[in-house]
Amino acid sequence: MRLWQLAARNLLRNRRRSLATLLAMVVGLAAVLLFGGYRSNILHGLETGFVQYSGHLQVQRRGYFLDGGDNPQAYGIAEHPRMIEAIRGDPQLAPLLRVVTPSLQVGGIAQHAAAGQTRSVMAIGLVADEFNRMREWNAYGVVSYALPLALEGAPADAAVIGTGVARRLGLCEALAVPDCVSASPPRPGPKARGAGAATGLPDDLAVLAEETAQDAQAAGGATAAAGRRIEMLAASAQGAPNVIGLQAVGYVNAGFKALDDVYLAMQLPQAQRLVYGREPPRVTAIAVQLQRTAQLPAARARLQDLLAQEFGAQELELLDYRELNPMLDQTDEFMGSMFGFITLLIGVIVLFTIANTMGAAVMERTVEIGTLRAMGMRRSGITALFLREALLLGLAGVAAGLLLTFIAATLINGSGWAWTPPGYSYAYLVLVRVWQDGALLAGSVAGMLAITLASAWWPARRAARLEIVEALRHA
Amino acid sequence: MALVSLRNVSRSYRLGAVRVPAVQNLDLDIRGGCFTVLCGPSGSGKTTLLNLVGGVDRPDAGTITVDGRDLGRLCDDALSDFRARHVGTIFQSFNLLPVLSAAENIEMPLLLAGVAAGPRRSRVQELLLAVGLQDRAGHRPGELSGGQRQRVAIARALATRPLLVLADEPTANLDTQTGAQIIALMRQLQRTSGLSFVFSSHDPQLRAHADDVVQIRDGRIESIERRDAALESRA
Repeated sequence: MRLWQLAARNLLRNRRRSLATLLAMVVGLAAVLLFGGYRSNILHGLETGFVQYSGHLQVQRRGYFLDGGDNPQAYGIAEHPRMIEAIRGDPQLAPLLRVVTPSLQVGGIAQHAAAGQTRSVMAIGLVADEFNRMREWNAYGVVSYALPLALEGAPADAAVIGTGVARRLGLCEALAVPDCVSASPPRPGPKARGAGAATGLPDDLAVLAEETAQDAQAAGGATAAAGRRIEMLAASAQGAPNVIGLQAVGYVNAGFKALDDVYLAMQLPQAQRLVYGREPPRVTAIAVQLQRTAQLPAARARLQDLLAQEFGAQELELLDYRELNPMLDQTDEFMGSMFGFITLLIGVIVLFTIANTMGAAVMERTVEIGTLRAMGMRRSGITALFLREALLLGLAGVAAGLLLTFIAATLINGSGWAWTPPGYSYAYLVLVRVWQDGALLAGSVAGMLAITLASAWWPARRAARLEIVEALRHA
Repeated sequence: MALVSLRNVSRSYRLGAVRVPAVQNLDLDIRGGCFTVLCGPSGSGKTTLLNLVGGVDRPDAGTITVDGRDLGRLCDDALSDFRARHVGTIFQSFNLLPVLSAAENIEMPLLLAGVAAGPRRSRVQELLLAVGLQDRAGHRPGELSGGQRQRVAIARALATRPLLVLADEPTANLDTQTGAQIIALMRQLQRTSGLSFVFSSHDPQLRAHADDVVQIRDGRIESIERRDAALESRA
């Protein structure tokens, strides 16, 4: 017979009370783990999405991220092929790298002449095969919503547009976008005159776009292709307007509605021709995707040195995916505060439930405590006995809580339950990511055991400090 | 030299706003190897005296020496260890731990005294045999009669072969016949083990078996009757 056995048997004396306490712990732990798993899934999902889209790090010209979004021409990175080679060839960086790829972002106006529609767009020129490889990154094994862009192997003038852009340009039917109805062409106002009246463009630019469309139709000829033909107008590096013809070959749901309504992707050389014409082409960013996010600090430090040593004249800066996507930290903080609040509430409830149970046990067993003390058990032995009981209760609660979490998580993850978060353009599956999150598991289990011991500490101390004579007299 | 020696011992308890003296300026020597009974009316201070001798309570004044140890000089842990190794206690209401079997209850003081598993087990078997409960070893207190429970309590008190076995009205909760059997058992065990037993009791049967009878009234010794002079030399 050991004191652990005595503690276990004491717990079984008042089974109903022990069971009620256990239930509070089980439900509390499961609630914390499930909400923590939900939070973990959202944060890992967001991180995965951002890293798939923009890499872990981006090399940009200083100030571009804050001020250059609408003026990429002024923030172009020169010598980007040499820079990419230097990054890929660096012996310290090479083992950490997965993808290094350039991109050029440019804002402009897209026109679908056949439908008489125009739309402001934020276009990105990219290297399709590298970009698609970046979209395969899924280090956490989350449900990934990233599909490869249809630009890989497509013609030089191919473009992929967001579903919102497709709707606004009247390309839903031509691109067979599901659940998408093309917007009606705008009616000209009573005073509208000239070529630009239908599209909203200034007349001279409307004529330029129309001519480009006619040239393309004359060159391409095919009717179906002509139905997906769009023109994009943007300011060139010299400040003059420039127009290129693009063939919409596919659509993508960019996730966020705000982005989906303006998204247009094209081949990098095409975007460079639009912005730089015959000048030496530049890019606005070089995305660096690593094997794992944990490698970020080391990669960043090395990349910083490399850029300073070899490309110091260009005033470059490095931004990680969190800096590029402030929403991730904001979501993290929001979910973190909710998680903390819920955990605190549950912790307090569990703490008082266990303290009440142990307090009642001390009260009921006062004579036994006196007897054990009279037999020679030290005060510390009494404290240890009650803490053992609490710890056993805690371990049982943790085991049952983990089991309940497993069952609930399996049911939730298999339910197919989905919802569309505010500002998103499609529904996300509600998933909980408990077992993959070691920190959440360890923290919750350790926290529950710590609460159990802390809540038992005061009753145990009170039991140990009872006067033996008084305890033996207790009725 | 006496096994237990009390000198000028006083102890009082607070009862509401007043302090009630339980033992006052008491001097007493208890001989070793004897069957000593403390007699007196309710509230005379018998239980307080037992508690003081057993080290579960401390006097307000005076000194208590057991086998040469001044209990007043022992810290709480040392006093606990002293009780674990040198004092066995039999309670009026048996005070067995309800979640433990008879054998486990007997084993508990051995566990507290740090006795190794092997000797512990054999000592438990020896005691179960001595109190005639070897066939009830696995039964919990709730499954035993009053007499059987008190036998378990006696075996538990003797488990560590203590210097002193203290019993507070051990037959008070038993019928006359069972009480007589318990007294006979204790007397037999005391004789065979040579241990010192100190009782508080009103029971005339118990008084009849005593070597020494200490009469207490109002917290003071009224008389001491030593029945076997031969024992003086053993003490």
